[in-house]
Amino acid sequence: MSHLTVKRTLFEARQMARMMRRMAAEIVERAGGTETLMLVGVRTRGVPLADFVAAEIARTEGADLPVGVLDITLYRDDLSTIAPQPVVKESVLPVAIDDKIVVLCDDVLYSGRTIRAAMDALMDYGRPKAIRLAVLIDRGHRELPIHADCVGEKVQTTDTEVIKVSYAATDDGREIVELLEREA
Amino acid sequence: MSGFRWQRGDLLGVAELSTEEIVHVLDTAESFVEVAARPIKKVPTLRGKTVINLFFEASTRTRSSFEIAEKRLSADNVNFSTSGSSLSKGETLLDTTRNLEAMAPDLVVIRHAHPRVPHGLAERVGAGVVNAGDGAHEHPTQALLDAFTIRRHKGRVEGLRVAIVGDVAHSRVVRSNVLCLRKLGAEVTIAGPRTMMPEQPEALGARVAWSLEEAISGADVIMMLRVQLERQARASFPSEREYFEFFGLTAGRLQAAADDVIIMHPGPMNRGIEIASEVADGPWSVILEQVANGVAVRMAVLYLLAGVKSGEGSA
Repeated sequence: MSHLTVKRTLFEARQMARMMRRMAAEIVERAGGTETLMLVGVRTRGVPLADFVAAEIARTEGADLPVGVLDITLYRDDLSTIAPQPVVKESVLPVAIDDKIVVLCDDVLYSGRTIRAAMDALMDYGRPKAIRLAVLIDRGHRELPIHADCVGEKVQTTDTEVIKVSYAATDDGREIVELLEREA
Repeated sequence: MSGFRWQRGDLLGVAELSTEEIVHVLDTAESFVEVAARPIKKVPTLRGKTVINLFFEASTRTRSSFEIAEKRLSADNVNFSTSGSSLSKGETLLDTTRNLEAMAPDLVVIRHAHPRVPHGLAERVGAGVVNAGDGAHEHPTQALLDAFTIRRHKGRVEGLRVAIVGDVAHSRVVRSNVLCLRKLGAEVTIAGPRTMMPEQPEALGARVAWSLEEAISGADVIMMLRVQLERQARASFPSEREYFEFFGLTAGRLQAAADDVIIMHPGPMNRGIEIASEVADGPWSVILEQVANGVAVRMAVLYLLAGVKSGEGSA
């Protein structure tokens, strides 16, 4: 197993909150309102992003958007190369996605493979009007023709670096974005 | 769930499973229940994997349940069954095994009349093997789906009083169920007519009762076993009416059980023999949920096993 060491902090909790507030505003603006909007967080760390954005839209627009959770394990393209199987968790979509503008939320956009899997998963639940992608960090190195519609911050990285996003809800109260280095 | 890694490439029996492994299968199955509620009840997880269902004994429901589970995971499946195949043309088990191996399946689901045939197969083939019932020995996926159904209804298995009643001696369900439920901390009582109890019923590890009333008194869960009319059971009791008289579950008898008792049956049921229609169709019955949960639990098992075997080759 390769070893990870922290190189530096990229964003503190307060900066993250500022980024996410801006993302919430952008999402509403792009959709031209909140009418058909729905947020879906990709497990694990897309979920707190979706929750934050939903709370922010509730505060500024007074609209309670449906928030779903998507587990993409069953749709991964690397299942035959990893062992043992990753733990599968439930997906929960509180309303039908048909004719909704579904905004997929994830913490880091990298190869694009997670989002490919998430789109395939979503399509099995219905026919959304559109799927948009919101990510806190876009770190480049795409392996698929996928781009984010709404980005918290773009970060230049090398392929030995790792972006680690921690959320209070998923990481024992720590809320921070760090840049790590993978050592062989 | 933290840190636990599933390591097993075969599911041969509940006997060798740890409590942690059982809980892991049940937790994984929770995620698969939701797949059945979707408009598209299929996930691409086992795409490109081949599963052979090798049934040396007739079994419509277990085989169908496995088939649906395989298809919902996008695996390719092939059925070998006794009627109309080489299995009934005198081919030895070893030859059948070699032929299977040549087809390079990823998983083999096997049902056989003799105990431990799946274990032998697992030693000889590279594919993962799932025991779908080996005589009266084990039927692990049935036990897991029963435990799963109980847990979904009661929120737990630990501390529950479970009564298993009927043809204990010939049931392929009892042994695995007693093992599974006890590993999860339930208190299990078995009961049946003396002619249908094993010689040493205590050896199963459950409390033994000799009447239906005694067995179900205060029970949180009652599992009624099928009287196998097509088999040896015919000779074990004087008449169907008499069996029902002493060991048939009726609404009246249920009074002795816990108020929120649930009734289970592995199917197919003999109405009016081991179970009255009023009970089978009553509010206590979770029999059809068992069938639905069976698919989710088998999906979980196939998912977990497929991961381990495919990893072995490259490791």
